[in-house]
This record gives sequence, structure tokens and C-alpha cells, in this order.
Amino acid sequence: MAIEGADLVRAAAFLGAGIAMGLGAIGPGVGEGITASKACEAIGRNPAEAGLITRTMLVGQAVAESTGIYSLVVALLLMFVVV
Amino acid sequence: MTDIQTWVNASSFASAGIAIGFGAIGAAVGEGYAASQAAVAIGSRPEQSGDILKLMLVGQAVAESASIFALVVAMLLLFTQQSPHLINVSVCLAAGICMGFGAMGSGIGSGFPAAAACVGTARQPAAGGRLMTNMLVGSAVCQTPAIFSLVIAFILLFTDFSDRPLSPTWAAILGAGISTGLAAIGPGIGGGLVAKASCEGVARHPANAAPVTNLMLLGQAVTQTTAIYGLLISFILIFRIFPETETLSRPMALLASGICMGLGAIGPGVGEGFAGMAAVDWLSRNIRAAGELTRTMLVGQAVAESTGIYSLVIALIMIFVF
Repeated sequence: MAIEGADLVRAAAFLGAGIAMGLGAIGPGVGEGITASKACEAIGRNPAEAGLITRTMLVGQAVAESTGIYSLVVALLLMFVVV
Repeated sequence: MTDIQTWVNASSFASAGIAIGFGAIGAAVGEGYAASQAAVAIGSRPEQSGDILKLMLVGQAVAESASIFALVVAMLLLFTQQSPHLINVSVCLAAGICMGFGAMGSGIGSGFPAAAACVGTARQPAAGGRLMTNMLVGSAVCQTPAIFSLVIAFILLFTDFSDRPLSPTWAAILGAGISTGLAAIGPGIGGGLVAKASCEGVARHPANAAPVTNLMLLGQAVTQTTAIYGLLISFILIFRIFPETETLSRPMALLASGICMGLGAIGPGVGEGFAGMAAVDWLSRNIRAAGELTRTMLVGQAVAESTGIYSLVIALIMIFVF
């Protein structure tokens, strides 16, 4: 099986896309989980402020999500644009 | 020049090492943690040592099952000879990786509820029976990712792939093993965190045991979802017949889809476990906030799930588009 240069580059791009999205998903998953855990704690202490706490949690999680979206964008670029 | 049978045997023996080597890590850590907390509990209440020892041993037995699965797969790889076909090199490696990594999270996770139940008995000796039930339910759910890995390892070892084209099937099989194996780590640990909070909660207020166990099961169910995505990708990679290809990019796309889904499932599994842990913990302290806590837990877990869904989408694109 002869492997051409362009084929090798495509193979590397796919592997890179998989690793980028896979590793990139770890951080946001853990971080957003910790945010949610602290939000639950805060609501347990003070249920009257549930609305404000949920809003803050969602804003914080949205920011933590950004690196996951970068990984998604890089993976899509590697799969559809670079090769 | 070595023949194909030699390569297959070499891969089979190396995979047996991977299966039990990695598979032994989780259960040992989890059981050690349970024993450490049991020692603390007996130190604070020596007259309860019999009950605490019993809880510790039952909890450790459940945690041990993950590494027993790994031992079974390692024994199969050692003592059954695979047919001399190059694809079996990949099959053995995939089965070993799948079960080795798959046992890690469940072993660690099952140790948490056992430890919390031991401390809880010292604190509230009257709650012993409810604690035992709660611990067993919680640690049984923690074992599901390891069981998924066992299922995939068995399917790989007992399916005949010799009539499939070598390329790209070798990569699809390896990807299938990596997907379920790595995807089992996060949900196993996450489910354990939720069960730990539940055992603490039952010990804190035995009267609230029913709602606490219910919320534990809901939280654990959400943490298991990413392990199910990993299982889904493995099933697609194993049972779909891919046409023969001369290129390198097609097998790499299939291998990468397994790596992507496997790694991508770790973070959401652990993170959702943290969210569930805090929700269960505070439900036991403040039962009147049950509605808000359940809602916030589910919303928070849904957001933490998103990166796992991105990984699933990328993995599916790599399988079906390229």
C-alpha cells in the first residue's frame, strides 16, 4: 500500500481533530460541573436567591464552555477546511 | 521472519498485560480509600467496629468487581488462541485497552460510597441498614461503565472479523475499544461522587433517605450518559462493515472517532458527578429546597454535557462523512 503525501496529511488532520476535540472536552466538562456543584450548594444555603444563583451559574458556565467551542472549531477546521 | 500466528499471540499477551495492569489501578485506589475511612470511623467509635468492618468489606467487594472483569478478559487473552489473521492483532489490543481503562473509573468510583457509608455508620449507628442499601445501589450504578467495557471486550473477542477487509477494519476495531474504554473513566468516578454524597446524606438525616436516594439515582443516570455515547460509537464501529480502502486517511478517521469520543466523555462524566454530589448533599441538609436543587442540578449537568455532545458529533462526522 503506497501512501501519498496528501493522504498522510489528511490522516494526520483527522487524528489531530479527534485528539483536539477529545482532550478539549475534558476541561469544560469538569469546570462546568464544579460551577454547578457550587450553585447547588448556594441554593441549599439560600433558596430565596435561586434565580440569581442560576443566572450567575449559567454565565460562568458559558465562559468556561468557550475553550470547548475553540476545540470544536479547530476540529471542524481540520476536517473540512485544512485538507 | 515471524509468521502471522506469532504476531497475533504477541499482541494477545501484551493486551492481557494492558487489561489487568490498568484494570487493577481503579479498584485498588477505591478500596484503599474505603479502608482508610473505615479506619478513621473505627477510631472515632470503636464499639461499632463490627458493623463498620462489614460495610467496608461489602463496599470493597463491589469495587473489586471492576478489576475482576479485567482479570477475566486478561485470562481469556492469555489462554485462548486467536486464529492466525492479521486483524486479530488489532482485536486483542482493542479488547485489552477497552477493559483496562474501562475498569479504572468504576473501581475508584465505587470506593467513595463505601468510605462514606463507613463514616456514616460511626456517626449514626441506627441508620446501618438504610446505609447498606443506599451504598449497594450507588456502587452498583458505578459499575455500569465497567460492564459496558466488558461487553465490548467480549463482543470483540468472540466475533469473527476475518472476512472483513483488513483496512480500515483494524482501525475501526481499535477505535471501538478505545472509545468505550476511555469513556468509562469519567462516568465511573462521577457516579461514585454522587453516591458518596448520598451515603453521607442518609447518615445525616435517616428520615430523608428516600428523596436522597431518588436524587442520587437521577444524578447518577445523567453522569452515565457519556459512557453510553462511548458505547454507541463502539457499536457503530464494530457492526458497520466499512468498504476496503487503500488510503491511510480513512482508517485514521475511524481511529480518531474512537479517541475523540473516549477522551471527550471523561470531563462531562466527572463534572456532572460534582454537580450531582453537591445537589444530593444539600438536599439532605435542606429538604425544602428540593425543587430548586433538582432543577439547578439538571440545568448545570446539561451544560456540562455539551462538550461530550460536541465529541459525539465530531466522532459521528468522522465515521459517516469521510
